[in-house]
Amino acid sequence: MKPETPPRLWPGDIYQSLKKVDVRQVAYVPDAGHTQLIINCQTDADMTAVSLTTEEEGVALLAGAWLGGQRGVLLMQSSGVGNCINMLSVPLHCRMPLLMIVTMRGEWGEFNPWQLPMGQNTERVLRDMGVYIQRADHAEEVGSVTYAAAQLAFSSNCAVAVLLSQRLLGFKDWSK
Amino acid sequence: MTTETRKGSLDRRHVMATIQAKRGDALMVTGLGSTTYDAGTADHLNTFCLWGGMGAAAMTGLGLALAQPDRRVLVMTGDGEMLMGMGAFATIGAQQPKNLAIAVIDNEHYSETGMQPTHTQRGVCLASVARGCSFAAAETVYSEEELDAVLPTLFGGSGPVLAVIKVNTQRYPMSIRLRDGARLKDRFRENLLGADVAYD
Repeated sequence: MKPETPPRLWPGDIYQSLKKVDVRQVAYVPDAGHTQLIINCQTDADMTAVSLTTEEEGVALLAGAWLGGQRGVLLMQSSGVGNCINMLSVPLHCRMPLLMIVTMRGEWGEFNPWQLPMGQNTERVLRDMGVYIQRADHAEEVGSVTYAAAQLAFSSNCAVAVLLSQRLLGFKDWSK
Repeated sequence: MTTETRKGSLDRRHVMATIQAKRGDALMVTGLGSTTYDAGTADHLNTFCLWGGMGAAAMTGLGLALAQPDRRVLVMTGDGEMLMGMGAFATIGAQQPKNLAIAVIDNEHYSETGMQPTHTQRGVCLASVARGCSFAAAETVYSEEELDAVLPTLFGGSGPVLAVIKVNTQRYPMSIRLRDGARLKDRFRENLLGADVAYD
């Protein structure tokens, strides 16, 4: 008999951190790791969840949100980071805050080799663009890392990416 | 199937002036490049000019419209810029912001880079794309009369709405001096939100 998987608590911790810093617009391209968080945000009357066709739309959306006085967050998978690179010019040059929460692929126990080129280079290309990185590898630190990243972004007008280790999602054994 | 053969004859700076004259307290976002260059002829504290991030204009307008639901938001951009962010039509159509309008100033060319034709010269109809993405209204205008007729929709029609305004290929020198994005952002926010909120 398959053992029960304990419920994942960290998506709720992220949601609480987003509430604490008054995030109002939540832009996302879905990822399995963000499923529960997306549902939380969609059902929150004080948040507008915006489903995107591609991640770079979210960078532009949140620039507009900031112009209009609202804070936002962009949720995506590491493969989406590459789609954002030129669009990052807007918040970086304009010194607008940008908070991104990225679930990592292509690292811990990845089964799909097509995920490796972007996953293995996500952190480096973000750093090369001038985005600050805050990494969370353990479930118990996800909430505080997200909160600290949000404070950094919104109080210093800079772009910050929280990278959620693929380890948090657990190892999926595709060999069976 | 018929191919649209009408050509744009309107002057882009005249179009900009005509729309600006009716803006009232609308918030505006302009896209790279000629539309932002045109916007300098009517510089306004309620206008945010994008000098980069090609493809960003419509989505920036959506974020602003969601943040300011009681204000009209008008995005003015070019055909090349809109084509680069065409997924925004789908995202905006799915979101249905009532206060968002987009005006594409369509000269059917990439005028900053050597006048190469864009897809709108080759049978691609942006208004049809927007209609297919559930925009409340989307039309293409060619004449002064049609432009005048579409203005109430741009500023008052229930959104999201699109007007593709066909213009001729006349080019003008850049009219705008202020290029620093941080300054453009700060003056827009300070004017809209007040200094206490803008610099909190």
